[in-house]
Amino acid sequence: MAAGAQTLKRTPLYDRHVAAGARLVPFAGWEMPVQYAGIREEHVAVRTRAGVFDVSHMGEVETTGRDAERFLQRILSNDVSKIADDGAQYSVMCRENGGVLDDLFTYRHGSGFLTVTNASNHERDLAWMRTQARGYEVTVHDRLSDYVMLAVQGPDAREIVARLADAELPARFRTARMAVAGAPGVLVCGTGYTGEDGVELLIAPGHAPAIWDALLEAGAAPAGLGARDTLRLEVCFHLYGNDLMEERGPIEAGLGWCCKEDTDFIGSEAVRATREAGPQETLVPFKMTGPGIPRQGNPITGGGEVTSGTMSPCLGIGIGMGYVPSDNAEPGTPIEIDVRGKPRAAEIATKPLYSKER
Amino acid sequence: VADASYPDDLKYHAEHDWARIDGDVATFGITWYAQDQLGEVVFVDPPEVGKTVTKDEPYAEIESVKAVSDVVAPLSGEIVEVNELLGDAPEKINDDPYGDGWLVKVRLSDASEVEELLDREAYEGSLT
Repeated sequence: MAAGAQTLKRTPLYDRHVAAGARLVPFAGWEMPVQYAGIREEHVAVRTRAGVFDVSHMGEVETTGRDAERFLQRILSNDVSKIADDGAQYSVMCRENGGVLDDLFTYRHGSGFLTVTNASNHERDLAWMRTQARGYEVTVHDRLSDYVMLAVQGPDAREIVARLADAELPARFRTARMAVAGAPGVLVCGTGYTGEDGVELLIAPGHAPAIWDALLEAGAAPAGLGARDTLRLEVCFHLYGNDLMEERGPIEAGLGWCCKEDTDFIGSEAVRATREAGPQETLVPFKMTGPGIPRQGNPITGGGEVTSGTMSPCLGIGIGMGYVPSDNAEPGTPIEIDVRGKPRAAEIATKPLYSKER
Repeated sequence: VADASYPDDLKYHAEHDWARIDGDVATFGITWYAQDQLGEVVFVDPPEVGKTVTKDEPYAEIESVKAVSDVVAPLSGEIVEVNELLGDAPEKINDDPYGDGWLVKVRLSDASEVEELLDREAYEGSLT
């Protein structure tokens, strides 16, 4: 409906996407580029050279105030005190029962913290954080509209950004502020969601078009959310709403490594209990051993379901992740996936499904 | 993928399928528009020879990286041949939707159904 389409938000780079031949689709309330030249071509560009993704639909929440660290320690699963002054850290945010509200990267910057939310969860995260902030001397700021976020990813990504930057790029999981393509104050983060080296740039919206143009000029291929999804699934990164959800906890999802129960975060008791008892279900990666492409929601014979599935552009086979009973979760276990009524053979694999070394 | 094209010698179904009619046998495929909307085709689940297809009903599935789409039969009949090439080269649907990218050949059960299909002009008009 036209009325619905008009309410979709557009990133400041909307015109650039149209000019680059993007197919734009509704995504979490945004009109986002799903592909330009084609998902496979963009996927391969990121694996072999460099691609640039506009991920401005991702939200940012800034937390400042005397209690900022103590507050984030309470709501985030990882040990926030371990984030260096220029550091970045992955964690989940849980309900009291351990259910996952979101998975997020948090950057320490200056006296505060910047936390990047998933687009579909941003409003709920903000409301949750503000509710939990009572009793702490903190301010929770919605910064979603203050940043354009570009992910530059691929083996050539750092070199491309370095040529445009006036300072040395931060190492992996570090951040630094610098001018990029003449635009001052860009927060460059050594993070990504593709399994490739690269950086993510947090940019004041007014500067974003010039930086986008410079990145394309320097050789980065525009890449859409379609390739972002196939890239992340090949390396088994979780997607909230597919692989993570309120109904399941981080241990089930294989994210126990970013849960530090001793920090007493909200949900830590439930997480500790699940860790000690062992989860009923476990999120596993799998590969098809015959034809068929698994898709989200396909049942797995013997229990469980596919939470993410696609055709792997690099492996040339169907791949996915899904929850299975924990006693049937060993790598190498043959499984059968019900793909729209047809049983399709697959095998539980190890993470990542794709790696350069193979 | 080349520019949009809709050959004059084909009949079209509003669900973006084409039929090339040769006596009582018709070849089916999907149109340039359909493959463009789908994006790169990565898997085709073909129906079997001998199976009956019914006009306006799905008879095959085509998958792009992102999604699965049903393919609707433009006419009714019995499948007499399937394009085996698509098993190894599903991208032929993108590269050559009216040639190597054909899906099935069907012996028609009701030749009068052809009258209900669109010609090139009417189909192209429906796309805007």
